[in-house]
Amino acid sequence: MSKPKVGVFGLTGCGGCQLEILNLEDQLLDLIAAIDIVHFTEAITEHSDNYDIALIEGSVATRHDVERLEHIGKVAKIIVAIGACSCIGGVNCLKNLYGLEKAKELVYGDKKGWIDAIETKPIDTYVKVDYHARGCPPTRTEIVDVIKSLIVGKVPEIPNYPVCIECKRLGNTCMYDLGKTCMGVVSRAGCGARCPSSKSGCEACRGFIDDPNVNAQKDLLAKYNLKIEDITGMFNLYNACKK
Amino acid sequence: MAENLNIEVSPISRVEGHGDLVIDVKNKKVEELIMRIPESPRFFEAMLVGRNWTEPSHITSRICGICSVAHTYASIKATEAALGVKPSEQTIKLRKLIFHHEIVQSNTLHVYFLAAPDFLGVGSVVPLAETHPEVVQIALRLKQTANEMVRIVGGRAVHPITTVVGGFTKIPTEKEMLQMKNMLKAAYPDMEKSLKVLKTLKMPQFERETEYISLTDKKDYALYDGDIKSSDGWTIDDQQYLTRINEKVVKHSTGKHCWASRDSFLVGALARFNNNYDKLTDNAKTYAAELGLKNPCYNTFMNNFAQFVEIINSIDDSIKLIDDMMESGLDENKAMVDINVKAGRGVGVVEAPRGLLIHDYTYDNEGRILKANLIIPTNMNYANVEMDMNAYLPQIIDKSEDEIRLAMEMLIRAYDPCISCSTHFLNIKLANK
Repeated sequence: MSKPKVGVFGLTGCGGCQLEILNLEDQLLDLIAAIDIVHFTEAITEHSDNYDIALIEGSVATRHDVERLEHIGKVAKIIVAIGACSCIGGVNCLKNLYGLEKAKELVYGDKKGWIDAIETKPIDTYVKVDYHARGCPPTRTEIVDVIKSLIVGKVPEIPNYPVCIECKRLGNTCMYDLGKTCMGVVSRAGCGARCPSSKSGCEACRGFIDDPNVNAQKDLLAKYNLKIEDITGMFNLYNACKK
Repeated sequence: MAENLNIEVSPISRVEGHGDLVIDVKNKKVEELIMRIPESPRFFEAMLVGRNWTEPSHITSRICGICSVAHTYASIKATEAALGVKPSEQTIKLRKLIFHHEIVQSNTLHVYFLAAPDFLGVGSVVPLAETHPEVVQIALRLKQTANEMVRIVGGRAVHPITTVVGGFTKIPTEKEMLQMKNMLKAAYPDMEKSLKVLKTLKMPQFERETEYISLTDKKDYALYDGDIKSSDGWTIDDQQYLTRINEKVVKHSTGKHCWASRDSFLVGALARFNNNYDKLTDNAKTYAAELGLKNPCYNTFMNNFAQFVEIINSIDDSIKLIDDMMESGLDENKAMVDINVKAGRGVGVVEAPRGLLIHDYTYDNEGRILKANLIIPTNMNYANVEMDMNAYLPQIIDKSEDEIRLAMEMLIRAYDPCISCSTHFLNIKLANK
């Protein structure tokens, strides 16, 4: 079997997901041996327009992003969205919440006409996404799992149950009992409840599960005398692009 | 000598984010020599408006994956200054510890993965793994140690979790402190081996003295905290940054560049080295001497070596911090202080791996952000990068086009630019594009 050709691309984002690939450290050399990385601007000079798999970080926030993404969509056989920006829009969507025109005005003033910026969207607005490695950033295990699955032609498994389940399994004290707020009830698991395990409430960086138990979240807020406004900030931190 | 030269490198690789290099020489005259930045604007100043005081560090961390700890702390310090929060001594020590390891992680990534391939004559870390496997393995081990340190203290290597306004949500156990100390001690043989390899690298001969700006501190080699110091002879309180650091629109490009005492200044490892040499550990000073890095140094290419010297400095100082904390013992009760929300303005200044990083927030009386201003090291360096390129190009103009292209890319890479960071309010547009 020939090695799959892989391109790693960054649209609008922080480069953190690409960094997590470089952070694979002990597994990085094995990875380089198993796949043929033909494009990875942050790490290598060589680049090619011939790849089977595209790993895409970042959200779509400029017309230039749209052009690049549509091009990648034509070349790649398989598209993997890596990270919150790519999968769900991520923090970049806070710009939409503030208002695109207002944001341009605030940051660039009278030069706003020069700025190529559009409403932020996750990449599936423009191309068909085959797989997701969720989170901000995704765990390294998850990135490796997705790549391994692709090499052997298997569908990577992404949990469709809430973070609460992983958190309970780990025996963590509930964030609400610590006087904190948390989105774990409705957020998609797979991160090993990373934030609650560090005594910090889940911010739903992996997006929501397909059929979230909204009533459970409401009951929880009622139990601790909280209002929906108390978690609005957490709700839209990564998910403001959600319709 | 080349009469005419037209080079466009798009994108410049092995830098964080998307930048292009444009060189246009006609009749031996440099018509244009700029770094073009097509990276998407991010609008973080707008995103922050209206957000609760608990959120800015988590939001601004996402400006950059490579320097997420630096953004987290510039943000936390700005909020703490605005709300009048004083974290415990223990918190400050833990912050300094985690801070060191973003510097180690980022400097390692740059020196070994992004810059070294140029000096060893290969295109990237991928062929480097074949030609110099030991170098790559050392780099991976060092990065792994640094990332593990950030993970233990911060809860995650990229975008830390435990680091919040007022202190830490969770502190390391004694066992983890010991584990960290052992990992750090194990790094010394790798540093020695690296030194031997780095000593063989030939840095291009190029000198252009400029203004060097960094944090400075009476005790520490300042990274997490300090006053702002310039090699042109002034030092100011960090809250007063606006009295010295300015932004301007330049004629040849409409990108915002920064200036202080003269047309450009340099921030980053070389500026820190030049301004705070006497605060380096003895090991670090020895390494600098071995590498021919003298204080002060005016060769921008030597920034690569200054970054390496900082790695050993951070390892030394981290062991000292861990010993200090283990002697006094870590106390859960000192992890967090109480916070009273009030209106106010605060500035947070830290040394990101690439240099001075400034967050400036104004809060309303409910603890929501009214206004945010962020000044990023890569932005501060753009004017200096272009002035360096303009000074360096005439010296190498007789070389082939390929050699010139590589030399200029190496000069830009020496700054370790972080373009994602810089573009949320940078605007560059060319007259002819």
